[in-house]
Amino acid sequence: MLKQTEGSHAIAESVALCRPEVICAYPITPQTHIVEGLGEMVKAGDLANCEFINVESEFAALSVAIGASAAGARTYTATASQGLLFMAEAVYNAAGLGLPIVMTIGNRAIGAPINIWNDHTDSMSMRDAGWIQLYAETNQEAADLHIQAFRLAEELSMPVMVCVDGFILTHAYERIDVPTQEQVDAYLPPFEPRQVLDTHEPVSIGAMVGPEAFMEVRYLAHHKQMRALELIPQLSAEFKQVFGRDSGGLIRTYRAEDAKTIVVALGSVNGTIKDVIDELRDEGYAIGAASIVSFRPFPSDELHELLSHAKRLVVIEKSLAVGIGGIVSHNLRMALSGISLHAYTVVAGLGGRAITKSSLRSLFEKALRDELEPLTFLDLNQAAIDRELAREQAQRRSGPSAENILRDLGIR
Amino acid sequence: MFQVRIHGRGGQGVVSAAEMLSVAAFLEGRHAQAFPSFGSERMGAPVMAFCRIDGKEIRLREPVMSPDALIIQDPTLLHQVDLFSGVTTEGLILINSTRSFAELGIGEFVAGFHPDLLCTVPATELALKHVGRPLPNAALLGGFAAVCEQVKLESVLAAIREKFSGKVAEGNVAAAREAFEIVLKEREEAGHHA
Repeated sequence: MLKQTEGSHAIAESVALCRPEVICAYPITPQTHIVEGLGEMVKAGDLANCEFINVESEFAALSVAIGASAAGARTYTATASQGLLFMAEAVYNAAGLGLPIVMTIGNRAIGAPINIWNDHTDSMSMRDAGWIQLYAETNQEAADLHIQAFRLAEELSMPVMVCVDGFILTHAYERIDVPTQEQVDAYLPPFEPRQVLDTHEPVSIGAMVGPEAFMEVRYLAHHKQMRALELIPQLSAEFKQVFGRDSGGLIRTYRAEDAKTIVVALGSVNGTIKDVIDELRDEGYAIGAASIVSFRPFPSDELHELLSHAKRLVVIEKSLAVGIGGIVSHNLRMALSGISLHAYTVVAGLGGRAITKSSLRSLFEKALRDELEPLTFLDLNQAAIDRELAREQAQRRSGPSAENILRDLGIR
Repeated sequence: MFQVRIHGRGGQGVVSAAEMLSVAAFLEGRHAQAFPSFGSERMGAPVMAFCRIDGKEIRLREPVMSPDALIIQDPTLLHQVDLFSGVTTEGLILINSTRSFAELGIGEFVAGFHPDLLCTVPATELALKHVGRPLPNAALLGGFAAVCEQVKLESVLAAIREKFSGKVAEGNVAAAREAFEIVLKEREEAGHHA
């Protein structure tokens, strides 16, 4: 049924249709509305056979999720930013144990300086923890990806993060096609765990593993992710059969067939990118885009194929690997093996800085002329930086940078 | 694409106003996107929210920087925040106030605007009268339906009923209806003067 609703609410409804049995969460902006929505549904009795567990921290949230999942319950949680960092040890454990938990990340920056707004630093910090990571472009896709995530997680016995841009998507009201229970039931069978803590057939989960077998267990995690490269497109195709729309997959291209310049990004910024691509296409430029939906596993083959005929690659990154540049760009390098092209990394939108159409347009025009630096920070206020650098040079005790810059900008 | 920016203060229902407007447009079969720009999540702090309306899917995710319409929920912001950033003389401005644009000290600024797209409505007073609380958002949307062809009053009322329930919904509906009538009348008078 079509409805106009908030992204967080659409995700909550979608998760509810997946018939979760345990939901545990600790509130943190901008993810809070999702678990609040689910909490209300459980309280109202709309979610049969589901327990909502209030916990005292994010670390507890994921620890409870691990226990619940190991006991055979379909388990869901959500977090963001510092919350994800606080549960970091459990994030690795959930993956290492191969427990099919689904977790939403309402993508948000990480402090200091404290910032509640969107970027991808939080989920990127856990990119190698062993979870599958899917990034949603719209709220429709955010809702749809959760349904695919449970199926994928349980098929592989592996946890999945669905990454949704905080505020930009979580707090946006859009038109959403909410599936029916029958559709979701037809797509997502009841959870049949590969391993389960069962008093009738006791097993232990979480053994200490020494040098004789640790590599093998880790390798199997990698092997599963390589299987996910095959499974994700299959599940997306099957999703289309049941629900009648494209959602998910490994990558999604836009006007890229004959494009000599390809823009690659993750998440909601792809919408604005598409609008700019349309403008430039109308003016005759051979430019296209690709959205990476599955960042883990990383779709190297698909990206290699896509980029093999391109002359230029522009990667828009909502995170910064301090000291080296872009995380997505570095991952892409593997996929570029044997391809010769101009590759540009653009760090954009950190801490909720708006990524505007006009900034993207000037950026792409510069790229088309090969005038971009290898690493660019979109809309960086260079004057503010120069002023702070001058202050640091002028005096030893120059003070805290964040406060200095805010004062310079006349904020507070 | 039609773009609306709503300005107010934390606690005045600025975000809800944008959401209700998007629901109203959706009910008319349009695509709509509403989202907030939280400066700081404090009661009384300046807050903005945006709503885009179009006949096709809206992919753009930037804040509304060149609004076709501006709704100002709190006139005390007029001389504090750059409310008019990106507004052209073709723009529509609706202000929650009992006073005129000239009395608000912006007569000169709006001199080149279309007079029938400049409206004020005493939304806080209407909300106090019908709901008993000074939350002007629903009344302003009623007034907006009278001046903007993007949404009909019926759709706004349906959106209000979706957001609120019971007595509060009906109070807000009454406030929106009265605001609609006030703005209609105001526009007729502006038409006579023009």
